[in-house]
Formats: sequence, C-alpha cells, structure tokens
Amino acid sequence: MALLEIKGLRAKVGDKEILRGVDLTVNVGEVHAIMGPNGSGKSTLANVLAGRINYEVTGGTVRYDGKDLLAMKPELRAREGLFLAFQYPVEIPGVGNAYFLKSALNSIRRHRGEEELDAMDFMSLVTEKMKLLGLEESFLGRSLNDGFSGGEKKRNEIFQMAVLEPRLAVLDETDSGLDIDALRVVANGVNTMRAKDRAIVVVTHYQRILNYITPDFVHVLVNGRIAKSGGRELALELEKRGYSWVDEAAPGPVAAGP
Amino acid sequence: MVAVPDVADPREPYLSDFKALEREHFAGDPRWLQETRRKALAQFRELGFPTQKHEMWKYTNIQPIARGRFTPAVTIPGDGLSAERLEPVVFGKFEGSELVFVNGRYSKRLSSLRNIPAGVQVGSLAEALREDPTELEPYLSRIARFDANPFTALNTAFLQDGAFIHVSRGKVVEEPIHLLFVSTAQREPAVAHPRNLIVVEDGGQVTVTESYAGLDAGVYLTNAVTEAIVKGGGVLDHYKLQRESERAFHLATLEIEQGRGTNVSDSSFSLGGGLVRNDVNQRFTAEGGELAMNGLYSVTGNQHVDNHTRIDHLTPQCTSRELYKGILDGRARGVFYGNIIVHPGAQKTNATQTNKNLLLSKEALVDSIPGLQIYANDVKCKHGSTTGQIDEDAVFYLRSRGIDAETARAILTYAFAREVVDLVRVPAMRATLGVLLLSRLPNSEAVREAL
Repeated sequence: MALLEIKGLRAKVGDKEILRGVDLTVNVGEVHAIMGPNGSGKSTLANVLAGRINYEVTGGTVRYDGKDLLAMKPELRAREGLFLAFQYPVEIPGVGNAYFLKSALNSIRRHRGEEELDAMDFMSLVTEKMKLLGLEESFLGRSLNDGFSGGEKKRNEIFQMAVLEPRLAVLDETDSGLDIDALRVVANGVNTMRAKDRAIVVVTHYQRILNYITPDFVHVLVNGRIAKSGGRELALELEKRGYSWVDEAAPGPVAAGP
Repeated sequence: MVAVPDVADPREPYLSDFKALEREHFAGDPRWLQETRRKALAQFRELGFPTQKHEMWKYTNIQPIARGRFTPAVTIPGDGLSAERLEPVVFGKFEGSELVFVNGRYSKRLSSLRNIPAGVQVGSLAEALREDPTELEPYLSRIARFDANPFTALNTAFLQDGAFIHVSRGKVVEEPIHLLFVSTAQREPAVAHPRNLIVVEDGGQVTVTESYAGLDAGVYLTNAVTEAIVKGGGVLDHYKLQRESERAFHLATLEIEQGRGTNVSDSSFSLGGGLVRNDVNQRFTAEGGELAMNGLYSVTGNQHVDNHTRIDHLTPQCTSRELYKGILDGRARGVFYGNIIVHPGAQKTNATQTNKNLLLSKEALVDSIPGLQIYANDVKCKHGSTTGQIDEDAVFYLRSRGIDAETARAILTYAFAREVVDLVRVPAMRATLGVLLLSRLPNSEAVREAL
C-alpha cells in the first residue's frame, strides 16, 4: 500500500526554485534512501513534507495515506504519524526533554482516540527506548537539546521517533557529523523501527549510514528532481563514482513539468 | 471610578498633606526622625517631579502621577479586611511568617509570625518606632539617599509603617518572611509610602519576600522604599512580587549595602500595575561580596514598566551577576536601564549584566540600556542585551512533534520566563509565580503538561 505518493512536487525558498518536479512513491514496510549532492533539494524535500512554513510549494501533489498532506498543518501531519528527524534540532532552554515528549506523545494519542499515558506508563516506555539508544536517565531532566553535543541531538531525534512511533519517518541527514560509534547507535535505533506497517525515508549525503541501514530503494536527487532510482547497489556506485555522473540528462522518472 | 483631577503645582498637595500629618501623626516621633522628614520634604520640594528630560526618567513619563491627587492612605480609616480577602494574593502552602499591611498600615490581626529565633526582630516599623526608636536610628534612611530621587524623598518625608527585620549576629532565620502589602478600593485615589528596613548583622541569614497586590481594581499609588543592610558574612535572599491593580501606579526603590564576604540575591517580578518604576541600587562596601540581581517583567495591554538598576563595585574581589528578562505583549512598554560601576581600586571584580526581551506583539516596545563603567584594570566584566520575537524554528520544531501552534508559542513564552522563576528559592513563591505566568497564557493546561 502506498503510504506516500509525491507527484510533480515543486517548491521554492524565497525566489529560488529548489524542487523542480519530484516524483516518489513509498509503500509501507519499505526503507528508501534519498541521496544527492549539496544543494540538490534533499533537505527541502524533507522540510516540505513536514510542513515548514518558509518553503513555498508551487506545484504538484503529495498524498499521505490517501490524504492531501500539503493541506495539513505541521502538527496535524505529526499527529497523523509523520515524523521528521531534523538535520539541525532546535535548542529550547526551559522546556524539559521528558515533559515535552510526554506532551507530544499525548497529543498524538488523543488524535488517534487513544488514552493518554500517565507519568508512570510514560516513564516505563521511555526507559525502554532510552536503553535502545544508550541514553542516560539524566537526559530526560535536561532542557530540550539545550547544550547537547551534535551526537546527543541526533540521538534525541531518534529517541523521539522511537517513542512517538510514526508511520512515516523522514530522517534528514541524521548521519552527518556523527562518529562511527554514534552512527551505529543511531542506525541500530532506526533498524529496530523497521516494521511492516511503517516506512522510513533516509535523506543523506553519504553512503556510509547505508552500511548499517539497508535500504530497499535508493534515489538520487539532482537539481530538484529524482535523476536516478535503483536498489542498494546504486548507493555503492555513488560511493565509488561520486554524483557527477548522474545529471539531469540521466534516465530516471520524468517530472511532470510545464 | 473616581477621576484623578489636575492640580496646578503638583508638589502642593504633598506639602499641605505633610503639614496636616505632622500635626496629627508625626508629633510623637523621635526628634531625629522629625528632622529627617523635614529634610526629605525640603528635598522633594527642591527636586519636584522629574520630567523626561532627566536621564534617569527619560523613558518613563510620570506626569499621570504628578498630575494626580492622592490622599495619604493613613488618613483613610481601615475597613477591617477579612483574611479571606487575602486568599487570592497569599502564597499557597507557605511555611514562613507573614506580615500583612493594608493600605500601608500593619495589620497585626492578619499577620502571623512563625519560628522566629530569639535575637531576631520581625515586626512593624511603626511599632519599632514607638517602642525602641534607638535601634532604628543608626539605620533608617542611612542608605536610601533622597538627594536625587524625589520619590525616595517623598517616601522618607511620609514614612510611617512597613516592616522592620533585624537579624542579630550569627542568627539564621530558616523560614522565609513574607511582607504582603495590599491596597483596597477607596472613595478617592490614595497613596501609601511603605518603608521597610532589613538589617542583617555579621553572619546572620534571612529570606524576605515582598508582595504588592491590589485587591480591587482602582487607581492608587504605592511609593515603597526598602533598605537592606547586610554586614560581614551575612546572607540575604530578597524577592519582590509586584501584582498591583491594572490601573495602579507603583514606584519602588530597593537599596542594598553589602559588607565583607556577604551573599545577597534579589529577584524582582513585575507583573501588575499600569505605570511601574522599579529601582534597585546596590553597593559593595567591602571585599568578597557576591550578588545575584534578577528580574522578570511581564506586561501587556497599556502597561508600562521601567526597571532601573545600579551596582557599585567600590571594593575589590566582589562578584555580581545580573539577569533581567522582559516579556512584552499588547501595546506594553518596558524599560531596562542597568548601570554597573567598577570604581578605581575595585580590582578582581567579576560582573555580568544580561537583559533579554521577548516581544509578543508588533505594538509592544522595549528600551534596553545596559551599562558598564570600568575604572579599574584587573577585572572581568561583560554585558549583553537581546530583544527579539519567538523563535519560529522552535515553534516549528514543537509543531512537528504534534503540538499545536498556539500551545507551542505559549510553551516557548513560559520557557523564556522560567529561567528567572527557577532562581526563586522559596517554593511557595515559585509555585505562585508559575501559576500567575501560566494563567496569562493560552492553553495553560497543555503548557503545564509540557513543562
């Protein structure tokens, strides 16, 4: 079943058109990797999916679980099961990690018509997920991302994902800036999330993380379009040959353009 | 509501009220106090009400006060306030002593003293003036200078009541002492001049919280002065919560003098009032003192709040940390004017001053004037000021986790205030501040859950 269907998606930031007709279908149970050089539009795609305001969608459609995703506010997308792991998680002093997450989880549960978790149930849930990511208990008492190292921020994103259990997770360069140990921990966290009823989209510049998270499909984004799609082996080829051989002229899904 | 009529010479009513009070109320005062009063009144007459041409009053127009006619609250009979009426303004679950002042006068009936150790005096200033004025003489009006500030002069001329707290050598008062000043509705606008004196002798320790609250909506003027003298090794935690009525005028000056190796903290929370001016002046007079000076002002509508702080490093090896934060909504106006002076010879001074403002509306405005004057060469000092709106990236981050936009903004607003609230070491006051700040935010239940 198609969980995400992107057709001819165009978007700009300011006057600059970044996405120039993206087509992508992601089915439940699949893991997709979106790769591409800097400035190709990878992060823009991730942010447009999550509903960031400063990106203006100028064309195309995105259907999520059969619904018009672009018509939904960011919080509704989250409640409907979409999760974006930020490339640059925001530091928010004064907002506690644990309380924030409980509040987020309960707003999602309310939306689903599920009972809210009380403090006890919440604690036993997060304790289990924290073990998975090698996080210490003191982590919960700290302010949200405030003063966190780069690695801690990325682990916190994956921790939040593990607690919120989204149907579609989009990881925006979650691997960048991680040392190999942190990368393994993060990849392990993602792998445990793989499930029949869930899809994961890994946006990355480097092939490295795909040594730990094996994707079902790999797409190369160049100049705001998916220029090439393939299987696991495409990532390895990109690793060997770089991005320059894949250009707009290369065969790939044709964008619905004007 | 009674209108405040214009008067020709704004000093005149105060001068004539003084004459009347001198005959009826001040006659029994000790001679030194009578002399101080007259000097202060003469100084007020000399200074007059400040205009915005004065550097210290540049950002605040006090003409609404100068033009008003405020009857001295002491001449209005008390209305036998019931304890129930205080419930909205007391701290819940408060363990310490509470001294209640109604329209500037001490109410023994409404007050309660608990766990005051022997050798520590806690009571009303009026009572101390009647019973043992010699104990007050060396301190009263010693550090609250009225040569330049007409409102301190006015307070000194009219001072009658307030709190007197004297912690003798080495005594530790474990429970905080809450001074609660309430104003009630009167037929005509009234003025109270609360005067507090806190003296901490060598090695003494005490926590004092001051609250100023309006019980009814109405126009009145509070003109308060607190003097706090902390001697060698003494510790004072001082807090002020200003929650006057929306149309009230509130002027308050806190003067702090710190001796050798003393540790003082002051946190000022300014939430109420229509036109508010808070002055905090502190001086290090011996080595090794530490000071934390904090403030939070949160205003909306047409409120105007002006905070003036001054820290004088007169001696070496002292540390001061100043943090003032402002939240401004509606058409509110805020002022932070901070001045730290490191005097010649005050080597190894360590001073920081930070002012941060959050503007929640397009019409809200803040003037932030941080200041640092350094006349010594071996010091560590820095200051900074920021004014901005809610971080939209942070809003989006919270929304992307399922929290709606309005709640996200409220959460971020509360989180901004929280840094100062968390510094309060009196749990009951901290809880009250939390409730007050949350009550101003939309979706306060959801915000509470997220914090």
